[in-house]
Amino acid sequence: MADPSAALDAVLLHHPVWRGGAPAQAGSRGIPTGFCLLDRELPGGGWPAGALTEILCADEGIGELQLVLPALAALTCAGSRVAWLAPPHLPYAPALAAAGVRLEFLTVIRAPGRRDALWAAEQVLRTGACRALLAWLPRASYAELRRLAVAAEAGMAFTALFRPSQAALEPSPAPLRLALESGGDRLTVRILKRRGIPVAQPLDIPIARPVHVLGRTRFPPAAARSPVVRMAAVRSPA
Amino acid sequence: MAPAAACRRVPDLRLRLRDLRAERAALESIAIWLCQFTPSVSLEPPCSVLAEIAGSLRLHGGAARLIGRLRRGLAGLGFEASLAVAPTARAALWTARSGAPTLQQLPLETMGLEPGELEALRDFGVRTLGELLALPRAGLARRIGPAPLARLDQALGMAPEPRLWFAPPERFSARLELPVEVQESEMLQFAAHQLLKRLEGFLAARHAAVRRCTLVLEQGRADALEIGIHLAAPARDAGRMMRVLRERLAAVHLCAPVRAIRLEATDLAGHAGSTTDLFRDPRLGGEQWLQLLERLRARLGETAAHGLEIRPENRPEHAWRSVEPGIARGGVPAGQGSRPLWLLDPPRRLRVAADVPQHHGPLLLLAGPERIQSGWWDGLTVARDYFIARAGNASLTWIYRSSDGWFLHGIFA
Repeated sequence: MADPSAALDAVLLHHPVWRGGAPAQAGSRGIPTGFCLLDRELPGGGWPAGALTEILCADEGIGELQLVLPALAALTCAGSRVAWLAPPHLPYAPALAAAGVRLEFLTVIRAPGRRDALWAAEQVLRTGACRALLAWLPRASYAELRRLAVAAEAGMAFTALFRPSQAALEPSPAPLRLALESGGDRLTVRILKRRGIPVAQPLDIPIARPVHVLGRTRFPPAAARSPVVRMAAVRSPA
Repeated sequence: MAPAAACRRVPDLRLRLRDLRAERAALESIAIWLCQFTPSVSLEPPCSVLAEIAGSLRLHGGAARLIGRLRRGLAGLGFEASLAVAPTARAALWTARSGAPTLQQLPLETMGLEPGELEALRDFGVRTLGELLALPRAGLARRIGPAPLARLDQALGMAPEPRLWFAPPERFSARLELPVEVQESEMLQFAAHQLLKRLEGFLAARHAAVRRCTLVLEQGRADALEIGIHLAAPARDAGRMMRVLRERLAAVHLCAPVRAIRLEATDLAGHAGSTTDLFRDPRLGGEQWLQLLERLRARLGETAAHGLEIRPENRPEHAWRSVEPGIARGGVPAGQGSRPLWLLDPPRRLRVAADVPQHHGPLLLLAGPERIQSGWWDGLTVARDYFIARAGNASLTWIYRSSDGWFLHGIFA
């Protein structure tokens, strides 16, 4: 009687059989994110260059920019241009410089309307003059995102689109979609969509925060004399 | 023939008044454009321009290629020209005027002879220059006089011919009258392109580049409309300026029909010319980046794209400045506390309930206070206590308390 395992091995060896369990290999190497936990789960070992990445956050201020800032700092220190399109507030230059971003390679583009923002994004991506583009597009249809995806492929730039978390319910042509939530001191990242097998567990990324959430402050203890800080000491959760 | 008689002969005849100044201006614009090929250009009114190209043949790859470029360029400017090349200026002038293939076959009418002399020579049976040269010189001098013979000597290269060389003006100003009145701003693109091509020739002739120029639309009785073309870096390429102008024209709404357009450029900057790289990397794209900036600014506004710079200031709202992208000076001042990535301009007033500031719920103060008290010298005094606070939706905010109350100034994204 023929050995069934030998027959199976022959099939696996000679016939094209897809085997699950391994993450997809991206065509090109990604830009390292700066967090090895995230690099392990992303195809290409980092942020994809030449494809859209959607970052969906429930609120501002939970550390969504800190997730991409190490990659931006590395890119600007290497001399590549980075553009921010339609940011919701003013990017504060001293904080960016303190995070390691070289300001002479950073450009802020303001667009008066939604269509202008989409047009500007397409122009920036298509020319390939920037290696990274961060764009804030709260409302964009599938067709408009598809156009941006085609432009991103032409320009080979890392494109991060920051959108509200309600956009998770809409279909999107972006090959990588992340949903961010605050997880105490860390940022909880759920990879909603990626090339290859889906990730089951959310990731806890240790991003840089100015203070420890539990209230241990970096400021000198002389500040404890102020009545306001005493109020915080009473209220901080155990 | 009197105009009335001519109109009777040809009923569809249209009469136009001859504008000598416009003819001269057109001749000068051709001369300015020619200056990019050779520095020696001379005008021969009413309708001829002479250019000495012996020194430029090698640079432009031979006479045939240069003539082709000239023909195409003149067609682009909107002129029909007959071109001729000859060893002397006068011979070239005669050949271009008559269209004869060689000097020998040149008809005598183009030599500029008096009608009487022309009649006399025709009685001899002399029709072309070749036949004239066959006649004995002494007898010819007696018949037609020394002046035409001197011109003939100059044409044959036996006598020198000093000419007045044309010098391009300091500033560029060109006007184009449109053949029909134009209502739509898009239709002006073709005419504007012609003017931009002339500007390109002028800049090449003066070895200069321009950073901004102005297109003026003359609208008859209404005020003239000025459209500025701003480039990110001094350039002379007509195509680049056309791209910026196209975006600008799309946004312009004409209230009255345009009869003529004028292009003016006054600030000229020196232009070193670009050196082509032997191993050119197509992804380098410094030029591409500037063109992208111009396009973005043309459509979204002058302040649409900017860079950031740090200023040594304690007051957070003054510690940064928007600058031209690519310039950034100043390092982070040491000894400062953490600063948020987002700054709110202006700071948002927070609602206070039971002595606790509210923003998506009560704010929990985590760190602080950092006192910033500054600005007594320019009147914008601030005296604020800054805190890092956590809001109800788990975002970290940068708030301050001043004599006016609690304000939200930044978000730690």
